[in-house]
Amino acid sequence: MAKFKNFFATRWGIIGVGAFIGVIAALLQKLGNPGNMGICVACFERDIAGAIGLHRAGVVQYMRPEIIGFVLGSLIAAYIFKEFRPRTGSAPVVRFVLGVFAMIGALVFLGCPWRALLRFAAGDGNAIFGLLGLIGGIWIGTLFLKGGYNLGRVQKTYTSVGWLLPLTMLGFLILMIIFPQIKGEAKSGILFYSVKGPGMMHASLIISLLVGLAIGFAAQRSRFCTMGAFRDLILFKQTHLFLGLLALVTLAFITNLIVGQFHPGFVKQPVAHTMQIWNFGGMVVAGLAFALAGGCPGRQLFLAGEGDGDAAVFVLGMIVGAGFAHNFGLASSPKGVGPHGIAAVIIGLLVCLFIGFTMRKK
Amino acid sequence: MSIIVDAGGLSCPQPVLMTLNKIKEIQKGEILVKVDTDTSKENVSRAAQSQGWDVANIQKDEAGYLLTIKKE
Repeated sequence: MAKFKNFFATRWGIIGVGAFIGVIAALLQKLGNPGNMGICVACFERDIAGAIGLHRAGVVQYMRPEIIGFVLGSLIAAYIFKEFRPRTGSAPVVRFVLGVFAMIGALVFLGCPWRALLRFAAGDGNAIFGLLGLIGGIWIGTLFLKGGYNLGRVQKTYTSVGWLLPLTMLGFLILMIIFPQIKGEAKSGILFYSVKGPGMMHASLIISLLVGLAIGFAAQRSRFCTMGAFRDLILFKQTHLFLGLLALVTLAFITNLIVGQFHPGFVKQPVAHTMQIWNFGGMVVAGLAFALAGGCPGRQLFLAGEGDGDAAVFVLGMIVGAGFAHNFGLASSPKGVGPHGIAAVIIGLLVCLFIGFTMRKK
Repeated sequence: MSIIVDAGGLSCPQPVLMTLNKIKEIQKGEILVKVDTDTSKENVSRAAQSQGWDVANIQKDEAGYLLTIKKE
């Protein structure tokens, strides 16, 4: 009885999924995605925010089908294996706010944990500071968890609640089909499309969508989570999820070497800046927000796909956060941090600490 | 009378934290752990086994799973 019937949840399962993501992410870059950004959940949700006009940063507007695929792939896996459990009610507004600041922190660094790993695996030394910040933020989160931090229990709810985010993603996909990209045009119908910058760089819709579906499926089965990898290591000395993360970095590194994408150094790295304090600081905020919300941005998408309405609220918080980040000049660019990025990191840290200190059960 | 850890409705790492705290408290014996997702079921099983406890039984019901973990 104690045996798992779910192969993906075994040690080799999680290693396989991490390796799969590492290879695919590096190859997606070859197929058109931006530099060291084969997959970046934060960047891609930011691009989606741009595609629907929540911000008007012209270089980062594209409805990324990978994100749509992540949610729908997870939904499909959850239904096949009878794990779809519609649930909500564990402090959704807190999760929204955590999502907003997680996105702002990630955009000060320029990447989610997945991209931090991919940047590292491609030789971008600046990513080391981001990863250290991520670990630092998660470490602070574990202190709160040990101190009784808890957002409360979920309630079982209507099946349709669990369907809302997947349906939203389906809606985004339909919009993309009704208003497809027109070469050289910044707008198609109601959708915005970048004509230059990272937003212009993408693999074809069908490849991006299929890859997203495959990763969403595998990650739902394996519970792959980059925040959980560090959290479980710090909190329980448990290496299960961490092995998946190591597999991702190793295989991305090897793939980068093979296809000629490994360029060690600090300067002129793609979509990256060298202000190390803020590479670190941005990811402290993001890491803490992920730890307080119980999952990295990817994991939140997979949870939303299996019916977790609170994870869906976190995702929406991240998309709205991207709007704030670009409208208020908080997001960094290759030139360095935005005009108000530093203030945003400090405010984000204070907000996360406020949440951590005040939401504890004794 | 078994000791019950009710982690229903809580997401990880809470069910694991609660189980490990109880394991630390009683050292050996039998604990029933209530969880509501497959992820929590797997995580609690993994954590218990890492502490040398056996997962003696997993019972599925409407609300999720009831795990019986044991150490003689």
